[in-house]
Amino acid sequence: MIAWRGWFLGLRARLLLAFVIVALLSGTATAGASYVTARRTTLADAQSQILLQTRDRLDALAPTISRRPSQVELDDLVSRLKEELPGRVAATYRSMQAPSVVLAAETRAPDVPVALRRSVSATGHFMWQRIEFNGRPFLVSGTPMKDDRGQLSGLVIYVLSDLDRLQKSLDALGRSTIPIMVVCLLAAALLALLAARGVLRPVRDLRHGVRVLAAGEFHTRLRVRGSDELADLARTFNDTATTLESTVGELRRMEANAQRFVADVSHELRTPLAAMTAVTDTLDEEATRFGGDAAAAVRLVSAEIQRLGHLVENLIDISRFDAGRAVLRREDDVDVAELVAATLAARGWTDQVEVAAPTRISASVDRSRVDVIVANVVGNALQHGAPPVNVAIAQTIGIDGQSDVAVEVTDHGSGVAPEIIPNLFDRFYKADAARGRTEGSGLGLAIAQENARLHGGTIEVEASGDVGATFTIHLPGVSPEDR
Amino acid sequence: MPPTVDVQCLEQVREVSWLCYKMGDAAGRIESAGHTGRVARVLLIEDDTAVRTGLEIGLRRYAHVVSSAVTGEEGLRMLLTATPQLVLLDLMLPGMNGFEVCRRVRANGPVPIVMFTARNDDLDIVSGLEAGADDYVVKPVQPRVLDARIRAILRRSEREPASRDHYRDLVIDRAAFTVTKNERPVGLTPTELRILLELSRTPGRVLSRQQLLRTVWDQDYLGDSRLVDACVQRLRAKVEDSPSEPVYIQTVRGFGYRFGPL
Repeated sequence: MIAWRGWFLGLRARLLLAFVIVALLSGTATAGASYVTARRTTLADAQSQILLQTRDRLDALAPTISRRPSQVELDDLVSRLKEELPGRVAATYRSMQAPSVVLAAETRAPDVPVALRRSVSATGHFMWQRIEFNGRPFLVSGTPMKDDRGQLSGLVIYVLSDLDRLQKSLDALGRSTIPIMVVCLLAAALLALLAARGVLRPVRDLRHGVRVLAAGEFHTRLRVRGSDELADLARTFNDTATTLESTVGELRRMEANAQRFVADVSHELRTPLAAMTAVTDTLDEEATRFGGDAAAAVRLVSAEIQRLGHLVENLIDISRFDAGRAVLRREDDVDVAELVAATLAARGWTDQVEVAAPTRISASVDRSRVDVIVANVVGNALQHGAPPVNVAIAQTIGIDGQSDVAVEVTDHGSGVAPEIIPNLFDRFYKADAARGRTEGSGLGLAIAQENARLHGGTIEVEASGDVGATFTIHLPGVSPEDR
Repeated sequence: MPPTVDVQCLEQVREVSWLCYKMGDAAGRIESAGHTGRVARVLLIEDDTAVRTGLEIGLRRYAHVVSSAVTGEEGLRMLLTATPQLVLLDLMLPGMNGFEVCRRVRANGPVPIVMFTARNDDLDIVSGLEAGADDYVVKPVQPRVLDARIRAILRRSEREPASRDHYRDLVIDRAAFTVTKNERPVGLTPTELRILLELSRTPGRVLSRQQLLRTVWDQDYLGDSRLVDACVQRLRAKVEDSPSEPVYIQTVRGFGYRFGPL
């Protein structure tokens, strides 16, 4: 229904309608005007021919006609003239008339109109009148006969010509315009469709182009046909696309360069870090042999090497996400509760964090990535919140067998100001600018979020109350069929 | 100067520490640094001087005997002269690349290989495991982590209570530490052998990848299960008639592996 409405309101339908109306109007007007003209001339021609013939014949026959006929002579005259004149003949003389039976008695022919009789007898001139009888046109002429001295004799001969044949041919002429009109209308519709196609194709191309461009395919171009306004439009579109392509390309190149630079720097840093990390244990142990500042200095160097190591690892992680090279390796039947416990144990946090979880939660997740998510979120809670930190794990199983896991990490610190929540997952974002450097790399939550997203999940922050903040990690599962 | 190590003294230390290990430290982590762990002759193949020196220092700290090579070629030569119990291999080497070195070391004998990789570089890890590596560590690595891995690998070569078990065509001699199939010896690396021993000890019982990681690699729940899968693939290639339709080491989808039922 709506589709049809759309079609009717569409450009194609409107063009079609306009063309057909124009064709109909012009066709009707032309045909009508020609018909009227043709009818008028044809009738005039036919009439004058009939009248001339009548007069000529009567002029020729005049000497043979008796000027004072009796009724018998009058009848005889009429029957004689019937052969000579185009049409039925009637004659009147004084009160006599022939044929004696009134013409009108014959249902197929009209009587001579009274007005014509009066006019002829009053003026004494040849007169004619067109009348219609039973829908058929007739031409009636009255010819007053003169005597030898040129005086009116009182004998009037009427000729009644049937114009029906003429009318029929005129009707045929009118009817013949109908098929022509139909052909014209069809041609107009065809032309309208062609014109619509000519307009609509560039428009459709343009629409497609814009849609593709909007989808980020900046290399798309339109073919420019002809040199009309639509071609101009296509050209403008192409220019726009070129500009966009180069601008976006430049931006992407710059971003890729920046990302690659970070990745390269991180990789380059890794080698010296690997060397330094290899000796941190030695430094830590040997530090006890030094006294005072030297021991503190050595411990400082060792600790900072470790921190630098974390930072570089995080940078490498982030650049892998940026480059789209992070791969999700889901494993079936991972016990999330056990995984969280292992995460906490590996970092020595088991005593500082309380975990509430059902005995067994089975999910299809990437263990190492969930480890990173939980470690970063819990690490954040331990660092910026206040103990106790609680972790609650819950699982909901949908009707399709898909099991979603939610890990809730709550601390009891001063909470998070609502205005900074949107920036909380930004890289190197410092909630408190005055605090300066913190224990973390500043990338922890960003990395956690990227990892959650890779799972198709989210991390939500809630800090409405006075006490602490709650980070909820949602990890949607995969339905068994999708595995 | 790195501390020099008296080999005789080390042998004694090794005995003591092994006892310690057997007696209680189930995780295999000997937290106190120094000379209390089992020690190994380690061949380190690493091109970067600083990393190499650092690792030498770090490993000697845990009393391992380290000989090092700068290139893969040199490493392969030293494999014969230094007779290492373990090879530590950097994958990014000039000249012959790490994967090729890995393959050649593996072709040469069953000496365990631990490779260094970039963090979570999946392609490297998978390729390295396919090339025959037994384990991997991510750079930069803490010496104590490396030491734990080395210890776990050495433990795989520990003898079991003597017994000689027949499973169809397969004969597993737990005393001689050999496996024969159709009376022909099967050359297994310590890791492959340990997996076979762990699985065949309880035929028909499923061991999860995490359990195998714990018993064979000494890694906790966060270990990489691909280690198990890669090693099982290599093991199947050696003991199964048709590795794609395994009879001895069967996969139980979603759970782990099982020996038999035959």
